[in-house]
Amino acid sequence: MIAPSIMADKLSKHFGGFVAVDNVSFEVREGEIFGFLGANGAGKSTTIKMLCGLLSSSSGTARVGGYDINRQADLVKKNIGYMSQKFSLYEDLTVAENIEFFGGVYGLDGQNLKSRKQWALEMAGLSGRERSLTRELAGGLKQRLALGCAILHKPKILFLDEPTGGVDPVSRRSFWDLINELSGGGTTIFVTTHYLDEAEYCNVITLMHAGRIVASGSPNQLKKEWIKNPILEFKSGDVVKAMGMIQGQPWALETTIFGNSLHVSVKEVQPGIREIIKAVGADNIRPENIREVSPTLEDVFITLIDKKVPAETSKGK
Amino acid sequence: MHLISPGTKADRVASVIKKELRQIMRDKRSLGILFFIPLFMLVMFGYALNFDVKHTSLAVVDLDLSRESRHLISEFSHSEYFTVKQLPAAVKELDHLLGSEKVRAAIVIPRGYADELARGRSPTVQVILDGVNANAANTIQGYLNAFFQNYSYQLTIKVARRLGAAAISQPIDYRPRIWFNSELKSAKFLIPGLIGFILMVVGVISTSLSIVKEKERGTMEQILVSPIKPLELIMGKTMPYIAISLLSTAIILVVGYILFDVHVTGSLLLLFLTTFIFLLGALGMGLLISSISETQQLAFLVAVISTILPSFLLSGFVFSIRNMPEAIQLITYAVPTRYYLVALRGIILKGAGFGAIWDQLLFLTGFAAVMLLVSAIRIKRAGL
Repeated sequence: MIAPSIMADKLSKHFGGFVAVDNVSFEVREGEIFGFLGANGAGKSTTIKMLCGLLSSSSGTARVGGYDINRQADLVKKNIGYMSQKFSLYEDLTVAENIEFFGGVYGLDGQNLKSRKQWALEMAGLSGRERSLTRELAGGLKQRLALGCAILHKPKILFLDEPTGGVDPVSRRSFWDLINELSGGGTTIFVTTHYLDEAEYCNVITLMHAGRIVASGSPNQLKKEWIKNPILEFKSGDVVKAMGMIQGQPWALETTIFGNSLHVSVKEVQPGIREIIKAVGADNIRPENIREVSPTLEDVFITLIDKKVPAETSKGK
Repeated sequence: MHLISPGTKADRVASVIKKELRQIMRDKRSLGILFFIPLFMLVMFGYALNFDVKHTSLAVVDLDLSRESRHLISEFSHSEYFTVKQLPAAVKELDHLLGSEKVRAAIVIPRGYADELARGRSPTVQVILDGVNANAANTIQGYLNAFFQNYSYQLTIKVARRLGAAAISQPIDYRPRIWFNSELKSAKFLIPGLIGFILMVVGVISTSLSIVKEKERGTMEQILVSPIKPLELIMGKTMPYIAISLLSTAIILVVGYILFDVHVTGSLLLLFLTTFIFLLGALGMGLLISSISETQQLAFLVAVISTILPSFLLSGFVFSIRNMPEAIQLITYAVPTRYYLVALRGIILKGAGFGAIWDQLLFLTGFAAVMLLVSAIRIKRAGL
């Protein structure tokens, strides 16, 4: 068996009396896309910062690419790429200058730098715009350039901290295509996100809440494990009102708003549909408008958070 | 995929230097701060901050209108320190002349001046000074004192000779000679001070902003996950500013020579070595400020407060430390610019060698070492 790319062992981080990350253990295999999910302040960024050597752990340890994060931080840094939601580029430098700088910091030179620069420009769709100032680029292009700069040195492990924040849906989609490509090439991807639709792209998902891991597995495993009951979906002109009528009924196990539709978890499909019509009123809804849907990760997480952490609100960072 | 070998230390530092220079060159504002402000200040301070008191404009009210009183007035006119601008007829006109700053001092020769002299009594000559500028008034008063003492003495000798004491002469032949700045020009004193002031202010502000900017943008985080080490980052960040500051020093020296005739009597090599050590401390201080500040505004404020006031007031740049109250004098020992100015004035004005300024260099070296060390530790520990 090959050693895992990343292995965290009882990793903890305290800031004064506040426990940001609490005894977290997990493994990430080579070439895997590992999604780290959770609300803001759940401890995702703190964990990623410890793994990248930006923060030292209060207790516990982790190995990244086979190196200890506390004792071999220098070796860890040489083997990883990191990109954060800020797309940390120099806005007052041109596209080419940014690539040259990050290449230089990672020790690329001569022919090597030249070919990687060409590669990054093509990957980011910025060929011919080498001399544009970075501040003039659109969000999606900046994001791809930032990714290009983060992997110029072909790291074995890539950390992405909320990589799609503030980027339009089309760019997000093509960004994930890139990530899949990298993963296919053998790069291990460790990604945090709070977009649950993005989490579907991951091989393994780990959900963090208040500094702890509350669930882990592939998206399908999680759905099977946590969603035992069918979910009914219907659209409504006034979802909040409809929810008020359904929530609290003994047959409605779980009620969640998804945009302008409502998800209701019930014991059985047909009786469930009848109950919904009874509750909302036959004037407002017809049976054919209510259908069973396969659970989304959002259903999973709402169930999880409700079960595991009742009445506890998430803390600030 | 294979791992590309991480470059050498020098490669990484060179990348940072190149990047910094590109950013500085692109940012016209910081270029202006680095080159235009020093020159502007040099010209402003050089011409405006002039402590020389020469050709003080005088008004003389001659109420006696005698040969003796006219002699006194002509003596004033011969002196390079005074120029008799006005000869009003009445004392009440002085109000207007002094009030409107047409003259800075007035002399009133009383009626009966010649008579009293002839009778061997001391006539009272009134001197009125404009005290608004206390420093200048002090100096003028000093000149007037000396002038009247000398004039009285000449009169005494004249009388004594008339009475038959032919051999009488001045008991002490007083011949002052001034070293190092023989014309007592303030510019010569100010320009070394100005170099110290500018380097401190510009050096600290520019470095402190350069790092906080990266923190705000998030690029610092990106650099910190790379294999670059804190010390390499500090070297890469400070070296461009050191080069620019040394260039700035050279420009000030050249312009100072052209405009104010200030030339370096001592060794240029020693001058630049001293400046280099001083700069290391200043830039280290800038790094330290940026490692404790979260925003550019805060860093700017801290940098301005911690450099401009101490370097202007407490370094001996404009105000002599020896004339300060003892408690304040103690504080000046904590101002690094103070040591730099002593060394720099020594080199520029006195041609001082290493032996004369080694103690100042020792302090500057200590200051630089402490600043750089503390900021490197802070960058390492706090991740900036």
